[in-house]
Amino acid sequence: MAPTETPLVNLTIEGRSVSVPAGTSILEAAKTVGVLIPHYCYHPGLPVAGVCRMCLVDVEKAPKLAPACATSVAEGQVVRVHAENARVARKGVLEMLLINHPLDCPICDQSGECELQDYTYQEGRADSRYREPKRFNPVEDFGGDVMYVPNRCILCTRCVRFMENVAGDAVLNVSERGDRAFIGKFEGKDLTHPWAGNVVDLCPVGALLSKDFLNKARAWELDRTASVCTGCSQGCNLIVETRDNAVVRLRPRPNADVNEFFLCDHGRLNYRWMNRPDRLDMPSVLGPSGQQPVDWDAALTAAAKALKGRRVFVAGSPNLSNEALFVLSRLVKSSGGKGAFRVAQGPEAPLAGVEDLALRADRAANGRGAEMLGFERSDRPLSGVTAGDAVIVADHDVSPDEAAALSRASSVILISTFMPAALTRADVVLPICNVAEEDGTFTNLRGRVQRFLQARAAPGLARPSWYVLADLAEALGDGLNVMSAGQVFNHLSASHAGFAGMSHESLGLRGQVVAGAAAGVAT
Amino acid sequence: MGFPHQPHQRETTVLSKHFGDAGARSLDGWKQRGGYRALEQALGMDPLAIQAVVKDSGLRGRGGAGFPTGLKWSFMKLGDDKPHYLCCNADESEPGTFKDREIMRWTPHGLIEGCAIAAHAIGAETTYIYIRGEFTEPLQVMEQAVAEARQAGIIGANAMGSGKRVDVWVHKGAGAYICGEETALMNSLEGKRGNPRIKPPFPAAAGLFGMPTTINNVETLAAVPHILVNGGEWYRKMARPDNPKSTGTKLWSVCGNVARPGNYEVEMGFPFKDFLYDLCGGPPRGRTFKAVIPGGSSVPIITIEEAERAPMDYEGMVSVGTMLGSAGCIVLDDAQSVPRQVARLARFYAHESCAQCTQCREGTAWTTKILERIVAGDGTAEDLDTLLDLADDMTGKTICVLSDSCAAPVVSGLQKFRNEFEALITRRTVHTVPAIVT
Repeated sequence: MAPTETPLVNLTIEGRSVSVPAGTSILEAAKTVGVLIPHYCYHPGLPVAGVCRMCLVDVEKAPKLAPACATSVAEGQVVRVHAENARVARKGVLEMLLINHPLDCPICDQSGECELQDYTYQEGRADSRYREPKRFNPVEDFGGDVMYVPNRCILCTRCVRFMENVAGDAVLNVSERGDRAFIGKFEGKDLTHPWAGNVVDLCPVGALLSKDFLNKARAWELDRTASVCTGCSQGCNLIVETRDNAVVRLRPRPNADVNEFFLCDHGRLNYRWMNRPDRLDMPSVLGPSGQQPVDWDAALTAAAKALKGRRVFVAGSPNLSNEALFVLSRLVKSSGGKGAFRVAQGPEAPLAGVEDLALRADRAANGRGAEMLGFERSDRPLSGVTAGDAVIVADHDVSPDEAAALSRASSVILISTFMPAALTRADVVLPICNVAEEDGTFTNLRGRVQRFLQARAAPGLARPSWYVLADLAEALGDGLNVMSAGQVFNHLSASHAGFAGMSHESLGLRGQVVAGAAAGVAT
Repeated sequence: MGFPHQPHQRETTVLSKHFGDAGARSLDGWKQRGGYRALEQALGMDPLAIQAVVKDSGLRGRGGAGFPTGLKWSFMKLGDDKPHYLCCNADESEPGTFKDREIMRWTPHGLIEGCAIAAHAIGAETTYIYIRGEFTEPLQVMEQAVAEARQAGIIGANAMGSGKRVDVWVHKGAGAYICGEETALMNSLEGKRGNPRIKPPFPAAAGLFGMPTTINNVETLAAVPHILVNGGEWYRKMARPDNPKSTGTKLWSVCGNVARPGNYEVEMGFPFKDFLYDLCGGPPRGRTFKAVIPGGSSVPIITIEEAERAPMDYEGMVSVGTMLGSAGCIVLDDAQSVPRQVARLARFYAHESCAQCTQCREGTAWTTKILERIVAGDGTAEDLDTLLDLADDMTGKTICVLSDSCAAPVVSGLQKFRNEFEALITRRTVHTVPAIVT
């Protein structure tokens, strides 16, 4: 983006001096100095509604309290978030939001990550003066992965605005008026839009819930790890949430350059395979009576022996990290071999309101990275095997129509998280971690290199892919002397111009774009 | 004219001159009564000159806020190459107010004329008259009048041969009170849910369809032709000598416990006491006045003593702690229970809240529930404090003033008639209801 010439405005918020571009809201300006003004209906990814009235703040010389989300900063403004009148106003809002609320936190999925809870603890009343019967509406299935619990709803309309203004598919509305109001669905419509699941994240309370996550875990039992979605080549940033070493939920992690605040339903629900129990968890070699479990040294020695002096053919996976693909590419290069990979395809589903954000047809995270590292896209990667090749099947799901090509191989080494059903032969099996179990990086379709971190422990003796491959390289006399995925990445950035200057540290959790690639946003 | 009664000699009939006169409804009838002369004159004038006359007249918005009309028009940037719109707010839904209905029923062409003049004055080619859904007869009359005027070339692509385009469209609302709020009205016209918008931006900057828009009340626009014909000074002189801020005539809709309810048109500054006892005929026989809600249900209640010393204009009403509002004057006599009336008003607002803002959505309903419980004899002493607290939460903290309007009668009712609330709570008898004397 070109540097903008918006003039800066100077103001004071809670005694702190703030300088922000003209047109910034008080709420966003306050964030820049670490002041979070309580709010419900405001969300940076949605148009401003200004309806919850929770962000009322005192602005010196203004006749009334100002909604911080809908009030632009002005030169010399003095904003007091915790002024007595503002606190009293917000306390009133909180009390009113709770009068018809069932107070069923103990059985609510949102409990522990609920903004109604948080702000009530922070500045609400300890008790309610409400003595009348509460309004009651039944739970409703909104279609897709979403269910609606109207009694918990505070009518912030984030969901309505998301569907209308961001997804561009007006499914939801505010029905009825006054305290009878609830979120309704337009006749004959359901929340089946491919991005509709975001309304669950956007809901600040427990009114919109994921049916998939329903009653699975309490928020405080979850461990959260920054990661990247493997559902397609968009590379949406996400948080992997695990409970007792099992991935139970994926949620979007904001990144203005990739996915704003959103994650599609395909990516969101694409986690069960991370917990699959039928994993390869033991190194093994092919013996006279079938697969023989061995220790890692024996397996690596056997693999090195099979590869030594042979042309190496790699059938890779576009969901392997740059680090693993990098070591594989060295094996290919030094042996004069070849690498190929297949990318599963699916229908594309853009999110209308965000530029260059879509569920992409390429249903894998690192196709771009694999190509950059010299691997070739192919529908049947193994068809490129030539007679006498030592074949490495690296997390590639062998399809029945290409399995026959393996008969031309001198040996087959399986470096994988799982045993492909169509694979008839594996001379050595080296079990590796899946994306949730190791560190690494992916390169998305726009050339943005992004890190993912380990979220759960690997099964059995499985090891991180980069670790296994680095050991294999060392057994072949091509040691990298690495102790972490970051060190592998340093070798990668030193040898590939596109990655020059990058390191895991410099990537941080937002990523960087490879040299020569179009920026994160299409031009 | 104290329609449906014969006019009182102390009335000044400008807008109501032809109330009850079915002949004034037709185009020919209206022309015979001097109609469309003002429009002809206006179409030959510079828009700024029309604005100057209206500014000079001191005309203020009759919808409730009392904003100077000429000043409002001057906010429209002429020649900015954007389409300008005029909205005529005929969504008269304020409980106690029924003046616009009569203007539309009897003098539809007067309103069309006012709209056309105003449209020209603000550089608008299109006017929308947004009529409340329940107003079936006024709708029919207006639609017929607009068709007549269009047929006769008074409005349309070449209004009265002036070469100027003045289109007038009648739009029927669906009966939501909130659509009388100017920005909700615009949303409704655009086909959206009638929710008030956050201001700024104000309508003059981004109103209907995001374009510069002026919105005026029926009575305001109906007064414009008279001002143009008779001059600003004529209008300005109809005022209290010591208060030049409120000028002209005002239609007052009187309902409740008076001998002669109806619409009365008096000059600004008319003494309220004379109005109630003389024009409206005083209380029903055998009763005495207790309280007045002078400006439609949204304004604070005043006692009869306060009303009797107030002059009937914007400032006079403020001087006794209430507002002129839409001049829908609801009169209560000594047989009425203030808590019951306040509860009824609160229920109206709870029903009509658009449900956007928390304080309004929940506060109006909660207030209603408490008041109805008090009226039912189940109140507690704490309820009165809670009511005042809620009223405070509902005042000045929301997008529009609907919740403020709900709070106003509660607060003023509690201030001035607290004993009646307390009596209900402690189950004492306040007053015996006098027998109706016929």
